[in-house]
Amino acid sequence: MENFDMTLIDWSRGQFALTAMYHWIFVPLTLGLTFIIAIMETIYVKTGDEKWKKITKFWATLFGINFAIGVATGIILEFEFGTNWSNYSWFVGDIFGAPLAIEGIMAFFMESTFIAIMFFGWNKVSKKFHLTATWLVAIGANLSALWILVANAWMQNPVGMVFNPDTARNEMVSFWSVLFSPTAINKFLHTVTSGYVLSAVFVIGVASWFLLKKKDVVFAKQSILVASVFGIISSLFLVWTGDGSARQVAQVQPMKFAAMEALWDGQTNAPLVAIGFLEKPAPPKTEGQYQEKEFAFKIEIPNMLSFLAFLDPNAYIPGVKDLVNGYTDPRTGKREPSYSEKIALGKEAITTLKLYKEAVASGNAEEAAIHKAKFDDPDWRNNTFKYFGYGYYTEETKAGLLPSIPISFYSFHLMVILAGHFLALFIVMLIFSLKNRLEKMKWLLYVGIWSIPLVYIASQAGWVLAELGRQPWVIQDLMPTLSAVSKIDASSVQITFWLFAITFTTLLIAEIKIMLTQIKKGITGGH
Amino acid sequence: MFESLSLLALQQYWWVIVSILASLLVFLFFVQGGQTLIYTLGKTEMERKMLVNSLGRKWEFTFTTLVTFGGAFFASFPLFYSTSFGGAYWVWMLILFAFVIQAVAYEYRSKPNNFLGQRTFEWFLIINGALGTILVGAAVSTFFTGSAFSVNKLNLTNIFGAGSTTISAWEGPAHGLEAALNIQNLSLGLAIFFLARILALLYFMNDIDDENIFARSKKQLLINTVPFLVFFLLFVGLLLTKDGFAVVPEQGVSPLLWKVKMEPFKYLHNFLQMPLVLIIFLVGVVFVLWGIIGTIIGKCKHGIWAAGLGTVLTVLSVFLIAGFNNTAYYPSTYDLNSSLTIMNSSSSKFTLTAMSYVSLLVPFVLAYIWYAWKSINNKKIDAREMEEETHAY
Ligand code: HDD
Ligand code: HEM
Ligand code: HEM
Repeated sequence: MENFDMTLIDWSRGQFALTAMYHWIFVPLTLGLTFIIAIMETIYVKTGDEKWKKITKFWATLFGINFAIGVATGIILEFEFGTNWSNYSWFVGDIFGAPLAIEGIMAFFMESTFIAIMFFGWNKVSKKFHLTATWLVAIGANLSALWILVANAWMQNPVGMVFNPDTARNEMVSFWSVLFSPTAINKFLHTVTSGYVLSAVFVIGVASWFLLKKKDVVFAKQSILVASVFGIISSLFLVWTGDGSARQVAQVQPMKFAAMEALWDGQTNAPLVAIGFLEKPAPPKTEGQYQEKEFAFKIEIPNMLSFLAFLDPNAYIPGVKDLVNGYTDPRTGKREPSYSEKIALGKEAITTLKLYKEAVASGNAEEAAIHKAKFDDPDWRNNTFKYFGYGYYTEETKAGLLPSIPISFYSFHLMVILAGHFLALFIVMLIFSLKNRLEKMKWLLYVGIWSIPLVYIASQAGWVLAELGRQPWVIQDLMPTLSAVSKIDASSVQITFWLFAITFTTLLIAEIKIMLTQIKKGITGGH
Repeated sequence: MFESLSLLALQQYWWVIVSILASLLVFLFFVQGGQTLIYTLGKTEMERKMLVNSLGRKWEFTFTTLVTFGGAFFASFPLFYSTSFGGAYWVWMLILFAFVIQAVAYEYRSKPNNFLGQRTFEWFLIINGALGTILVGAAVSTFFTGSAFSVNKLNLTNIFGAGSTTISAWEGPAHGLEAALNIQNLSLGLAIFFLARILALLYFMNDIDDENIFARSKKQLLINTVPFLVFFLLFVGLLLTKDGFAVVPEQGVSPLLWKVKMEPFKYLHNFLQMPLVLIIFLVGVVFVLWGIIGTIIGKCKHGIWAAGLGTVLTVLSVFLIAGFNNTAYYPSTYDLNSSLTIMNSSSSKFTLTAMSYVSLLVPFVLAYIWYAWKSINNKKIDAREMEEETHAY
């Protein structure tokens, strides 16, 4: 791989992961808290009770503090596609740029305009108008999530485009298949609901603290009531859409699916690992080999994985080894090529592009037409061009085509287990809230507070699974990180990595301190 | 309705949209300009508070316009996105960094226990104001002066050799910082910087009800207009006399393969061959001067509107001569034929068409922004409001 600078690629990935994960600390709270605030303000407008106005304003202050840093971390991501993944920007900019632009026009302006009314409009516009503005902020935030997630889903499951050899890039042919791809729908619904769950836990945690401190007790109880109802509904939806996401992954990213279940050998009637630990030491990794980690311990649910993936307990699920070595589905008889074959097919696709370009450049129309015909042939596109990205690998570097199994496995299971925890938390909170016994349940209040870090962990784990589980693909099967990266010095990326790491960490500390101070001031002390 | 347009017409339509976004952005840079003036105009804590809050209700628009400008450029001319951002890495990273620190500064500035202290957040605003305007100006100037890069799509197929697989490459170690060494780039950067300050002064005079700030702004107006004119005229002078990057159309050959050659006085020719653009330019300049001079000699408090409109028109015309009339808008001095033109760097016809429908939303967006602002902005900022407002920065 002399022509790939792995240091550069790793630092670029690291920088993207760093900035995206920072952005994701703040975004989910924006997504959900706006709705919770809008619900509270609706109660205020409906009942005219000033207490609800105060509650609304308190949460809105926390929202504003979170929002500012969400914006600060977002801008960098958008431009990083150009600065660090320049080849990617050309190869798929035609499709990927569109949702990004729509996001700006449709969502960000809406958010920033009505946020101004939400913050500065209290004494200047009518109650109704103010309430409308608050709802529009919530809708705007969720619309921005829609477009960026459509873009992201498309990277996981590229649809609605064909490759144009003249421009050497993929071009959109159907806007609607990009927007309504099942991957996009699942991703959007699962991700925004995860934001709602996170916000519900956040509100419950902060309110629990108030109850423990015996401050603003009425306010805290009311917040818990709203948040736990909101949380239960969102959680159910979250589990449902999570299941949908998993099914989608099974279909379009079988390697990610095998990795997240640590399924080495494919089987029909595959069981689901409910809880498991992977064995640690494995033979040293040599070039071209992959490490196997068997389970040290596991609890399984028979047939469940097959059922989850294909709604059929007898379905065949290919394991990691099958995907690498090629396999034939015992039930459908369909054959899937091995990675070695895919690499050969990818090289053929890339070479055809090269020959075509050279023929055009030298004015050899006849030869150009021969190659061009392949790109026009749907069969060739579906069976050869489809593996374009594999062509950047060789037999020696084949191991680079595998994601990290332990990371995928643990992040997935952590997320699922925590989902159960949050659902239980909401239900218990609601029960005691209705019985009006929350203050006495000290242990429960502590659980409420400690669930805040847990929900952030679950949320990050989801993205770690989604993004690391699809390695090495930036665009599934078409473009690996290797060929997506910009041509810059690794040292430049190292410098900007640390620049952003330090800046974002400093700002995060500032954010947390300001947030805690505002919380301590409480609803009656602050504004 | 957009389906019936030719690819070229769509490319031109999108170049106009990108140009409009850019010109709105430069107008909205009054926020950046104002940030560099908070210590100059604000001598007391309350005065600074008024200045910061006056800007603080607008900064998101500048920011969001920048974000949308980036998104629109990405969707319509992806090859620019990959070539310029990936190549002039350092310039863009510094610009982004300047906007990252701005985004938190307003909200966190006066909050208790904010870790860095109020002064630091004010310095974030000043850094953003200076770096943001100067670097964006210099980066835009490279549309006329060119940069040393190469674009070769065949690189994508480099799987057997040792060459890089990256399509576009910057030929030089400074990754964009070298642009600051060119006098024309610098003069545009500084012209934008002083223009932003001028617009800010006019904006403050219109938005803040405070005698001291008004008087100081008026004095500063003259002080900033002189360097603005010097740098602006220098830029325009160099622009009109320099050789430009002309695209040579070839019948029967795909525009992707058209060659680029140097043409003396290319940008002067562009103005003369597109008289409408020349008129836009002249009207723009007149409006800017009218806004400034009217305020300096007259009692006018609304100079911001004339100068703002003038700014939009002037910048628009400058972008139009960069991309229209068979001109390469992102020229390469390293390899002329790597230069980007609106023909060879755009998205496909399908994407441009789809995005054109989306662009129909823009008037609607402008309308609700206008409406929302009118409904909370009918009163000027004054000291009393600052004391009563529950959400003041
Ligand atoms: C509060 C956070 C949270 C919780 C409790 C869950 N999820 Fe989740 N999950 C996310 C937050 C999240 C996320 C951050 O929103 C992700 C990252 C990318 C995405 O699409 O959503 C995600 C991704 C994600 C993916 C990967 C999608 C992809 O790769 O495209 C799967 C398969 C699941 N989830 C499945 C589940 C299941 C079955 C859950 C519970 C039963 C669950 N998640 C709970
Ligand atoms: C905000 C939530 C997100 C988080 C926390 C997140 C996290 C990550 C992580 C952990 C990586 C892995 C880095 C690596 O090892 O390669 C990554 C890579 C990447 N993600 Fe995301 N991601 C998020 C959203 C998105 C979205 C919405 C997009 C696209 C629209 C996206 C595009 C990418 C790209 C281009 C890479 C680099 C290429 C790669 O390594 O695959 N991410 N992200
Ligand atoms: C890698 C992909 C991403 C990019 C390029 C990106 C870009 C941006 C940008 C530029 C902003 C600032 C907008 C402004 O001017 O107000 C922003 C903010 C925001 N983004 Fe992202 N974003 C990404 C991932 C995500 C994801 C995955 C979500 C949600 C699911 C999301 C939701 C939001 C929201 C709600 C905001 C509003 C501010 C806040 O965070 O509190 N973004 N993003």
